[in-house]
Amino acid sequence: MTALVELARLTYGYGSQPVLEEVDIAIGDGEFVGIVGPSGAGKTTALRVVAGSLRAAHGSVVRRPGLRMAYVPQVETINWSFPVTVQECVLMARVGGGRRLPWSSRAERAEIAAVLERLDIGDLAGRHIRELSGGQQQRVFIARALLGEPELLLMDEPTSGVDVRLRHELLHLLDDLHARGLAILLTTHDLNGIAAHLPRVICLNKRVIADGVPHHVLTADVLERTYGASMEVLEHGGMPVVVDNFRHHAHHPHPHPHAPHDHHHAHDHEPHGSQARA
Amino acid sequence: MIDELLRPFDFEFFRNGLLVATMAGALCGAIGVYVVLKGMSYIGHGLSHAIFGGFAASALLGVNFLLGAGAWGVASAFMINGVTRRRVIGSDAAIGVITTASFALGLALFALFGRAGANFDAALFGSILGVGADDVIAIAVVSLLAGALIFLRYRALLFTTFDPEVADVAGVNTARIDALLTVVLAASILVTMQVLGVTLIAAVLVIPPAIARMLTNSFARMLGLASGIGAVCGFVGMNLSYHLDVQSGPTIVLVAATVFGVVFCATSRASRARAPASNM
Repeated sequence: MTALVELARLTYGYGSQPVLEEVDIAIGDGEFVGIVGPSGAGKTTALRVVAGSLRAAHGSVVRRPGLRMAYVPQVETINWSFPVTVQECVLMARVGGGRRLPWSSRAERAEIAAVLERLDIGDLAGRHIRELSGGQQQRVFIARALLGEPELLLMDEPTSGVDVRLRHELLHLLDDLHARGLAILLTTHDLNGIAAHLPRVICLNKRVIADGVPHHVLTADVLERTYGASMEVLEHGGMPVVVDNFRHHAHHPHPHPHAPHDHHHAHDHEPHGSQARA
Repeated sequence: MIDELLRPFDFEFFRNGLLVATMAGALCGAIGVYVVLKGMSYIGHGLSHAIFGGFAASALLGVNFLLGAGAWGVASAFMINGVTRRRVIGSDAAIGVITTASFALGLALFALFGRAGANFDAALFGSILGVGADDVIAIAVVSLLAGALIFLRYRALLFTTFDPEVADVAGVNTARIDALLTVVLAASILVTMQVLGVTLIAAVLVIPPAIARMLTNSFARMLGLASGIGAVCGFVGMNLSYHLDVQSGPTIVLVAATVFGVVFCATSRASRARAPASNM
């Protein structure tokens, strides 16, 4: 398997503070990978280094020659009052092509219509981006990414600020794209809702703590080293479920008689209230 | 009545001034769309003040005003970028320091060495007296260059304005696009300074795009509308300036502000009427 992108012994810092230290990550053809870690662990930085918008001081980034990448930003970073319609937004992907005229060609309009149709937002081309629901808004930016026919899709926190139903829809959509051969690299803070469903997870906290299938990576030991906080890992429907162990460490006004291993109780405190995917 | 309205057209200075004001409105309206959407309104305001320093210095040194003040303006713009990139000082403070210092320097130079050879009041508040054929040519050239930039780099400009980080990943050289935009902005301010005055240029950069934004949700239409609204405000304002005997800068800005007020009231009433449906 040839890697699409390979970071080797990569170190990146803002000022004198290193954000990434000696990071090794290789993303192969058609892989579906999630980077998890606490806030400030360097997840987004790693994604930007892969994308090429940040250049590291030490180490190497090797991309397969001619690799087509597309980046889907966090929805929170989008300026929703910016005057663009869905069609104008998606057309931005065609910035580097041969055509420089401001307006889209007939072929481009057909391609945009096809990609919007594929993402079930075919009837929204003329709408302003703010006039859409949260799920539709995210699909617009995925559509923009797909119009560039990427081999590697990069997504920054695709589920932040998204409810359970939208998260399920998004996972199905990404699964579908992955099944058609698209490689996907995303960052997420959502261990149970996203990370546990992916074929490969990388735990990052400045360094790569662990990298592999969720069953091997989402363990109490790895998570404690990644997050610096104690967590418990249960199993539900054959999938790892991470439980916040806050109750076991903090001062608690009503100590629970069965506290240490009361799984039922712990389940109530799942940080993201998620379940295994149906 | 008609004769009275057409009388100023007999004067060459008025025809020149009207041409410059109309082109200035269209040019600033179009460039202003990017300025407003990138949140750079304060840069437009600051840059015009900074260019005043260059105007004073080139007047005293006997250097061609367009070259002297132009170089000064571009240098100020890049200095602002440089100070901002150090991250210790925010861009608004960096603009405040560099442009007001430059403006103050211009005022001090005029106070120390007199106002010989340069029209001090015109530079500050705009005047059509003294607008010659060379001014018309200067603004026509800058308008053509700006138009060519917007036409040929439309997609890259839009992507960089909307989403610079993703544009960068998509292969757009966003630093170069920003630099081009800054140079065109400085050039636009330079050639419109005579008619609009440095203290009021920012209004022509900001008001027509703001009006256009209220009228459309499409970027392409906003660009066209802002340019058209700017041109109409320049044309009407310049005529009013003659008939009311008020400087051209203030009348053009007041016309634009009036249109803004009318559109603001009309669109907020329309959106209130639409509100129940759009909440669905």
